[in-house]
Amino acid sequence: MISYALMFATGCYALALLFNLYRVVKSPGVTDRLLALDTMTINAIALIICFGIIEGSMIFFEASVLYAMVGFVSTVAYAKFLLRGDLIE
Amino acid sequence: MEMFWDILISGLLVIGGFFGLVGSYALVKLPDQMTRLHGPTKAATLGVGACLIASMIYFGVKEDELSLHELMITLFLFLTAPITAHFIAKATMLRDVNRDDLPKPEGDVDWAVYAPLSDTAASELDEVVEIHELREEEARQKKRVEDDYEGEVDDTVPPRP
Repeated sequence: MISYALMFATGCYALALLFNLYRVVKSPGVTDRLLALDTMTINAIALIICFGIIEGSMIFFEASVLYAMVGFVSTVAYAKFLLRGDLIE
Repeated sequence: MEMFWDILISGLLVIGGFFGLVGSYALVKLPDQMTRLHGPTKAATLGVGACLIASMIYFGVKEDELSLHELMITLFLFLTAPITAHFIAKATMLRDVNRDDLPKPEGDVDWAVYAPLSDTAASELDEVVEIHELREEEARQKKRVEDDYEGEVDDTVPPRP
């Protein structure tokens, strides 16, 4: 049962990443692109976690922690750049 | 008992996948930028949280190595999602929303995005410095007036016999 649920979740997140990619490529404004990239990092974290369950290995959590932190910092930095036109004043 | 854990883990995984998919579909489907902000920040965060908790239970029950890493990642994502949403909304307001369309906030304050002293584009820095100087000048004048008033009061008090 768990293997089917894993397949379902992995498929859902793969499709979600495709939706995000569509929004990154074809979007009306730059903040929309930023939001799509942020969602992409979140979905990638979920995909890494699902892969970790499939492989049965704990090492993938380190990757997802790194992904979460880098994703957050880069999104906030880019939004700050859009807001003020400068990062370090 | 084995069956119960299986059902719990599968249920959490299915819920997580479904909400992740809905959150990302909202990004494509919803009509304008501010509404599109809802999908990823709420649905996708819930989805990834459910997946992480499923993984935590799986490693605790099946592999007998319970770790609280996943709880840490879940907490981190739940804390950071509103912050990123706030920043993206601010950037959207500054770039794409017409200022005249917004309702006026109560009191003397303006929207924080446009108020020069809180968050401002670097091109407005000169204006900020000017406003700082104006405020300092005002404070100085107020103090001077108060000092003068105190002096007057002192003069008018009749000397004690």
